[in-house]
Amino acid sequence: MKQTLKNVFSSPKFLIGFILFMVLLITSLAWPLFADFGPLQNVVQKNGGFAAPGTYVNVADAVELVKDNSSVKFDVDTSANRLAHRLDADSRQMMVDWLHTYATAEYIPDINADDAAKIQELTIDDMYAVCADWEKYYDFSVMPKTIKKAERNKYNQIDKKVQTMLSNEALILASKGENGLQEDCKVPMNAFVNTKDVASRYTLILGSDNFGRDVFTELTSSILVSMRIGLIAGCIATLIGMTLGLLAGFIGGVLDNIITFFTNLFTVIPSFVLLILIANAVGGSHRGVTLIALLIGFTGWTWTARSVRSQVLSLRNRDHVNMSKISGHSTVKIIIQDILPFVASYVVMAFILQISSGILAEAQLSMLGLGPATTEVSTLGLMMHWALSFNAHTQGMWWAFLPVIFSIALITFSLNLMNTGLDQVFNPQLRD
Amino acid sequence: MAELGKSVLRGEDVTKIFGMGKVRTTAVNKVNFDFHEREVISIVGESGSGKTTIAKMILGLIGITEGTIYFNGEPRDISTGKKRKEYWKNIQAIFQDPFATFNQFFKIDAVLLDCINLRGGKNLPYEEKYKMMEEACSFVNLKFAELTNKYPFELSGGQMQRLMIARIFLLKPKILIADEPTSMVDACSRATILDYLLKLRDEENMTIIFITHDIGLAYYVSDSVYIMEHGVFVEQGSAEECIIHPKAAYTKRLISDVPKLNEEWDLSTVG
Amino acid sequence: MGKVMLEVRDLKTKYVTRMKEDVYSVDGVSLTIEEGKSLGVAGESGCGKSTLALSLMGYYFAPLHYMSGDIIVDGQNISGMEPDYIRKHILGSEIAYIPQAAMNALNPTQKIIKFINNVIHVHDPSMSKGDIYDMARERFEKLGLPENVLQKHAVELSGGMKQRTVIAISTILSPKVLIADEPSSALDVTSQKMVIKMMKQLMHEGLVKSMIFITHELPLLYQVTDDIMVMYAGQIVEKGTAHEMVFDPIMPYTKGLMGSIIVPEDGMKANKLEAIPGTPPNLKHPPAGCRFAPRCKYATPECMVYAPPVKKPAPGREYRCLFEEKYLKELYANG
Repeated sequence: MKQTLKNVFSSPKFLIGFILFMVLLITSLAWPLFADFGPLQNVVQKNGGFAAPGTYVNVADAVELVKDNSSVKFDVDTSANRLAHRLDADSRQMMVDWLHTYATAEYIPDINADDAAKIQELTIDDMYAVCADWEKYYDFSVMPKTIKKAERNKYNQIDKKVQTMLSNEALILASKGENGLQEDCKVPMNAFVNTKDVASRYTLILGSDNFGRDVFTELTSSILVSMRIGLIAGCIATLIGMTLGLLAGFIGGVLDNIITFFTNLFTVIPSFVLLILIANAVGGSHRGVTLIALLIGFTGWTWTARSVRSQVLSLRNRDHVNMSKISGHSTVKIIIQDILPFVASYVVMAFILQISSGILAEAQLSMLGLGPATTEVSTLGLMMHWALSFNAHTQGMWWAFLPVIFSIALITFSLNLMNTGLDQVFNPQLRD
Repeated sequence: MAELGKSVLRGEDVTKIFGMGKVRTTAVNKVNFDFHEREVISIVGESGSGKTTIAKMILGLIGITEGTIYFNGEPRDISTGKKRKEYWKNIQAIFQDPFATFNQFFKIDAVLLDCINLRGGKNLPYEEKYKMMEEACSFVNLKFAELTNKYPFELSGGQMQRLMIARIFLLKPKILIADEPTSMVDACSRATILDYLLKLRDEENMTIIFITHDIGLAYYVSDSVYIMEHGVFVEQGSAEECIIHPKAAYTKRLISDVPKLNEEWDLSTVG
Repeated sequence: MGKVMLEVRDLKTKYVTRMKEDVYSVDGVSLTIEEGKSLGVAGESGCGKSTLALSLMGYYFAPLHYMSGDIIVDGQNISGMEPDYIRKHILGSEIAYIPQAAMNALNPTQKIIKFINNVIHVHDPSMSKGDIYDMARERFEKLGLPENVLQKHAVELSGGMKQRTVIAISTILSPKVLIADEPSSALDVTSQKMVIKMMKQLMHEGLVKSMIFITHELPLLYQVTDDIMVMYAGQIVEKGTAHEMVFDPIMPYTKGLMGSIIVPEDGMKANKLEAIPGTPPNLKHPPAGCRFAPRCKYATPECMVYAPPVKKPAPGREYRCLFEEKYLKELYANG
């Protein structure tokens, strides 16, 4: 047993799969300890859903810090950042074009000759220089009269923006007093607050979904629920498949015929269609997580039964079984002692695959809206379903569905990797 | 050869047909045999001749399509599990491939303890059981103390077959079926295994049914020989009669096709 | 003395296990075979006789590795040649190898003539299909195989016929050395005899110049080959003519091996079979002295310490033991 485990863990494939799986599992289990919100708590107000990933700090708290003089004044000019943030590409291009055309000796006769030459070489990339020159030379009146009014207004708007941005004057906070607005404090343009000092501050690693829930926290709890569904479904499918396979293979005769008939029947009826029909029939609030897991388990046992049966058939005529028979052991004892240990490794591998197909089946069902009808917990499939129903994919809200897809892929990949690794260990023919 | 003992196992028109309906193959076709106490019988045949099928029918592992097997003069009845268990106290087997005969998940002492339990020694104190196992192992020149904590696959093929004989020694059946017990072991260990089988006959009065394709081996160990071809016995009699002075054409061919030491091997007899 | 067809000098090869341990399975084997002669190799399973067969081809692939020694086929030293060159120019035309399960090597979906086409095409791409067919037909006729086999698929042939066909295909280029590793062990006695007959015919017609025949069945070896060599734990322990080896063995291991022969002959029943106790040594750590000493009933403390030299009491005869022939014979006579 020890040796077997050692062999199993010496297989690199199994090891990588196992580590991946454990990382997912431990992250999911441990995250609630650090999380700020419950998995299904609506953090962001509903109409503001789909908040992008990032750290959110409370604006009022930040201002309070400035008031308390806890802010730090940085010796940097922040106008460039503001500039990049507030001027769109079109406006910038317009600025460069204006300078190229009008900041010449033709329109502005008293222009510095060096400046004029430099301006001709300005590009959109060097916005800082562009703004400086703009401030120096922009003049509404130099434009010929033929220019349309709308265009002129546009240039004026840009100019206004540039003027406010370039001014390093402080923002003034005011409150409503008896004599109208009263200055409370000034927020200098180079004042910074440490985000750590802000009392109300939340990091949404993966943003929020349409309901305003923290996607990462929701995801970790969904992974656990989906794994539970996979585990229950896998246990049931493996248990049924193994029992039927052992009985059919070892006892044979009429029992084998009956079991094989039912196995074939369940194989030719596409189990997913069956699943949809049953899930639909159950309907409404009865459809909980456990029920869905049971349904997946009860429809997915067929190929375990088939493969266990064929394994047992080849074992049945082996000499150690014959020896056990002539030693007078009962059928049950022979199955447990002389058949089961020999198919155990195979059953374990089948079990792992059943778990991963159970998780996938739940995701598929939920995508169709036939998953657990519950608002108590979320599953990976339900998260996908919600993201789809609220058009996350068309609005480019990638954080609502990509992490879920990635998690499903990672879980099934790690499980399948473990299965392949086990196969290599237990099936010597596949070894190099 | 010594006087024949009383008949222990007799077969009358024993037939085995595999398959159903149109796909039927007759593996064993109406064979008659009579095995006596303390006799070593060889059933010799090439692969596919049906010799293993006969062994399995005698063992009761597969059913008989037609005919009767008489055990101790009475028709054998193994219709219920209890009767089968009783029958298997009297008849045991050693199989061809020692590596496949042992359940690799059980240690050697578990295999031997199981034999003691089958013989009704379940409630004996462990010291007594240990003594019995030690005795059985020393019968085949194995040291039980060295084996107790080992798994069967840690032994060599020859040692495993000897362990099988130790198992038979504990069970003390009346009849032992040895199905090609030496075909998977080296020539050097073969002699040892044959010696222990003959010792079982001499000391425990067992009837041994030896199934083999090796006609030289059959001649060496057995008192009487049954030559089998396509599910029927083509020749039967004492080892001397059958192999040194064969009458049936098939036996003659079989013997001439085996390379020998003291006479020229005539290659012109084959196409 | 005929022309030397195969000469092997101190050949050493090893297996590297999954645990990266070395197993010295052929440990210093030297032998020569002359034209028209056949050499038999006998020994228990695991003594290195099958590995010797693989090593002699000069075509090594993991886990088998070449260590040292020379293999000279008809004056050409093939050890150390590029594997690809050996595959194209040595195998088939100089050395042919037939393993025990050779008959399973035939792809059941192809006709027999197709395999012959493939074999010849590698060595002589210029030959036309018609020429190849005529040549194959002629060869099959000589060996007593029906011509229509050429147009059949492997599944249509019986086991014995398949094995004979494989041998005919492998030797179609008339190799100098034929290495046969248990070519008939999986067959029933009658098919075995047919295979042996064909191999003798190949030698008789000069279609193969020399043969190495490996089997654990001593009576078969005695009937087939001129000389017999016994291997134990990767080394040759005794060599001589077939008759000498069977009826007059020198080394205790050979003596034991010959004592375990069973044949259906008058008087066999009265014989007491000899058994060699114990198991062959683990070749990861071979014993320091004589490798057979732990199982030898005549072993002395010296045997455990000193590796025995190879002694040559007569031309073509050699054995590996600390004791002299006369002393050993006396021991045997006294039981």
